[in-house]
Amino acid sequence: MATVMIDLKALGGVKAPAGFAERVLAQAGLADSYSLFETVLGPVYVAWSGQGVSAAMRCPSAGEFEEWFRKEVGRRLVRVEPPARLAARIEDQLNGKRRLEFDLRGLTPFAQAVLLKTLEIRRGEVRPYGWIAREIGHPAAVRAVGTALANNPIPYFIPCHRVVRSDGVIGNYGGGGPEAKRQILTLEGVQLARLQKLAQSGMRYEGIKSTRIFCFPTCYHGRRAREENFVFFHDEAEARAAGYRPCKDCRPAVA
Amino acid sequence: MEGTERAFERLVLEHQDRIYALGLALTGNRHDAEEVAQDTFLRAYRALVTYSPDRVRELKQRAWLHRIAVNVVRNRVRGVRPRLVELNGSEPSPGSGPEEDVLRRAEVDQLAARVACLPPRYREAVVLRHVQELSYAEVADALGQPVGTVKANVHRGLKILRGENHGDGDD
Repeated sequence: MATVMIDLKALGGVKAPAGFAERVLAQAGLADSYSLFETVLGPVYVAWSGQGVSAAMRCPSAGEFEEWFRKEVGRRLVRVEPPARLAARIEDQLNGKRRLEFDLRGLTPFAQAVLLKTLEIRRGEVRPYGWIAREIGHPAAVRAVGTALANNPIPYFIPCHRVVRSDGVIGNYGGGGPEAKRQILTLEGVQLARLQKLAQSGMRYEGIKSTRIFCFPTCYHGRRAREENFVFFHDEAEARAAGYRPCKDCRPAVA
Repeated sequence: MEGTERAFERLVLEHQDRIYALGLALTGNRHDAEEVAQDTFLRAYRALVTYSPDRVRELKQRAWLHRIAVNVVRNRVRGVRPRLVELNGSEPSPGSGPEEDVLRRAEVDQLAARVACLPPRYREAVVLRHVQELSYAEVADALGQPVGTVKANVHRGLKILRGENHGDGDD
């Protein structure tokens, strides 16, 4: 009798495994999980909550990612094994399919609007900062758009690298500086040299002669046109005077 | 809302070992124990957010969590019997020093597997009374049974554990 009792007490002294409390908090939605994923961009730390991906960053170490996350997002963070389903979705997202959901809870409504609009820019295309500002109904807030994009907690996945300055300067990039921005855009098939040449000569729009529609350079609808079939315009008035209408897809001006 | 989140965090930190140990004793292995403990706390959280601050304050946390855990186990293992293989020829070796952590861990696991092979009504009663060391009144409350029934089940469960009653054929 006595031995059985003592043994049973020992059973009651078992400790929960390491990280148990954190895993419970993550499941209850009170902490985000994170893991390191191998991607086409190299290893990227990605954090997520029950609502979706909440942060991503290329960092030299897990410690630095945790510190950056605490500063930017401010919630608890728990390292877990990378779930296979999420890994597949991350790969798809970086290949241009939109399969991820995002958790933007901690951001201001303005920053959320900027990032959601940025998600609409297709792979291989770019837009100026002013376009985002106009599209979300704050045409004068170009600088604020720049700030919101610079503080994008989920670079690469919310493609803030696809927003560039209209004067052709590639602009700074929170996900690893101008060089990283150039590298990712090239990887996505943007012809940076052409884009910068146009911008430096003051040409903001390209028109296609056969359709008489003008677009932002890199717009999907100009992808098949030969270079000699493009005409270029400094501004909207010039394009309209030449008898061109704005593209309904990339919306260089209100149609 | 913020208050509930803090309260829940404290609840998890304070009770995680006990609830994990309970899961281990009831299911017989560490993998299921973690699942049971996680489910228990998640259910507790879902309930907590609907409770008024007064109700949260008056909650007898320990008894409440034990009741949830017992229900989690009842719902999940319905129809699934613990594997008997782990039991065969596994008498705990006597006289192992407490400094031998691995050995102790193996012993604890063996014992947990043995307890998990008890029929559910004996297992619940024995575990809550002698592993978790709740009073008979608390056990009765957690299981929703009269105290007399609990006492009888604890007694019969211990008898089976001591090997005085082979199998669970004659109840």
